[in-house]
Amino acid sequence: MEYVILLISTVLINNIVLAKFLGICPFLGVSKSSSTALGMGVAVIFVMTISTVFTWLVYTYLLLPLDLSYLQTVTYILVIAFLVQVVEIVMKKVSPELYQALGVYLPLITTNCTILGVAILVVQNDFNLLKSVVFAIGNSVGFTLAIVIFSSIREQMDMAEGMPAWMKGTPAALITAGILAMAFMGFAGLV
Amino acid sequence: MEKTLTTRENLLKGIFRENPTLVLLLGCCPTLGVTSSASNAIGMGLATLFVLVMSNLAISLVKNVIPDKVRIPSFIVIIAAFVTVVQLLMEAYTPALFAQLGLFIPLIVVNCIVLGRAEAFASRYSAGASVIDGLGMGLGFTLALLLLGSVREVLGSLSWFGMKLSDSDGMLVFVLAPGAFITLGFIIAIMNGLKKQKS
Amino acid sequence: MVIALVVVTAVSAVALGFVYQWTKEPIAKARLTTQLKAIEAVMTGYDNNPVQEKFFLSTENGDSLECFPGKKGGTPIGVAIKAKSSKGYSGDIWLMVGLDTAGTIRNIVVIEHKETPGLGSKMTSEKFLNQFLNTNPAVTDLRVKKDGGTIDAISGATISSRAFSQAVREAYQSYRHGKDAHH
Repeated sequence: MEYVILLISTVLINNIVLAKFLGICPFLGVSKSSSTALGMGVAVIFVMTISTVFTWLVYTYLLLPLDLSYLQTVTYILVIAFLVQVVEIVMKKVSPELYQALGVYLPLITTNCTILGVAILVVQNDFNLLKSVVFAIGNSVGFTLAIVIFSSIREQMDMAEGMPAWMKGTPAALITAGILAMAFMGFAGLV
Repeated sequence: MEKTLTTRENLLKGIFRENPTLVLLLGCCPTLGVTSSASNAIGMGLATLFVLVMSNLAISLVKNVIPDKVRIPSFIVIIAAFVTVVQLLMEAYTPALFAQLGLFIPLIVVNCIVLGRAEAFASRYSAGASVIDGLGMGLGFTLALLLLGSVREVLGSLSWFGMKLSDSDGMLVFVLAPGAFITLGFIIAIMNGLKKQKS
Repeated sequence: MVIALVVVTAVSAVALGFVYQWTKEPIAKARLTTQLKAIEAVMTGYDNNPVQEKFFLSTENGDSLECFPGKKGGTPIGVAIKAKSSKGYSGDIWLMVGLDTAGTIRNIVVIEHKETPGLGSKMTSEKFLNQFLNTNPAVTDLRVKKDGGTIDAISGATISSRAFSQAVREAYQSYRHGKDAHH
């Protein structure tokens, strides 16, 4: 039950993009069409889950016992960069189709702050390994949900006529995101 | 053309023409995440400014000894090191602000502005020019954050830097997440409008 | 090629080690100051050193809370308890709760929270805090009204209000419990 609540709260209530403001760059940058948005989302789910497991292990069994927790940021970013490389290579070998679909998003993920953010958050919240994994899945699914909804709206909006020139593009996208964030606030009563 | 950039132009480009936040739309996460008040915005801006200047300086000094293939990972490590320095210093000397900004301090590492400047500027130009570039970009970022933080705090809480302007409550939505998106959207729209008028 | 990366990492790590050593003491000092300030805010009139006499209170679910006793001329005048709730909207909420020897709440300060700015963050407002002051949890039901208590929850932030109330009540209960055990 605890894990179900954690999932609901990370996907809907405390949505990582719309409530926590992480991953805004890809949210705005890779949301022009819903198919690329979905690709980015799936890649994030994949990498976030793996990297959270690895960073959790590194922190618990390496940094903490050696009293090196101040090296957290440096090691985490290295682990993430390294993992993204490995995932890319493995994916290319094992499943070229998947690589075709997700490959282009992988390099972008190293600097996607949701990955590092979630890795740090699980440590701050003292989560155990299982809870960390659930937290990572919830947050990455939340990211995917937000970016897919957002990109579908943007696709429609691009077809709209009569929008003033100075509102076109980024300003309109940001205001749409604001309204979407407002809608997501409605989930607050769920838990 | 860029070779002949004067120091003054180099400094000012980050604040106006190439403002990282309002024109290039980089580093959006902290821009939206910590600007619920003006003082948080300044704190975040200055922390990022420090990292930008220091990492630009360090990277432009070592750029010739780092092989091209490991360029990006090396840059990230250098940036992460300076971010940790900021983290430790803030925890020691400004603990209240550190608690307020929380997660967004370590996340300076993945702020695209920092790596972007390392890649686009510091890895090509001299140490002096890189410091000026970092300073300009950092100031541009800080000013943009301050603008957003001020608008949100004034409209949302009817206060500025914590000073109450009125006893009533303000429009809460500006302090909350949706207000961040909407305020930034309108600021950029206004800038677009002004640019159009000029040209 | 890899060597260059290793060297960069090693140099960074060593440099950070120095900065860490250098800031270790100021960080510990800053934490202590925050704690002292919170104790001073919730307890007055003591002449001992509450931090030196710190002891732990155990809660019903097996956690332990830091408790700072205040004494004047050797007689106890109250305690400051560092209370915690992990039931907040996001992250842990840390409070310092000041109780007199009868268990009446003298003052509460919020040490740390990560609640939503504008909603849950209003737990630091006087309007919300004042509802708790000078009440004794033995007499007054300090749950939020929705749960049958007397506390007006912060509008739009029932979860934060609940967590706050829970932390306060837990601090009180563990104090009572600890006292009963002593006598």
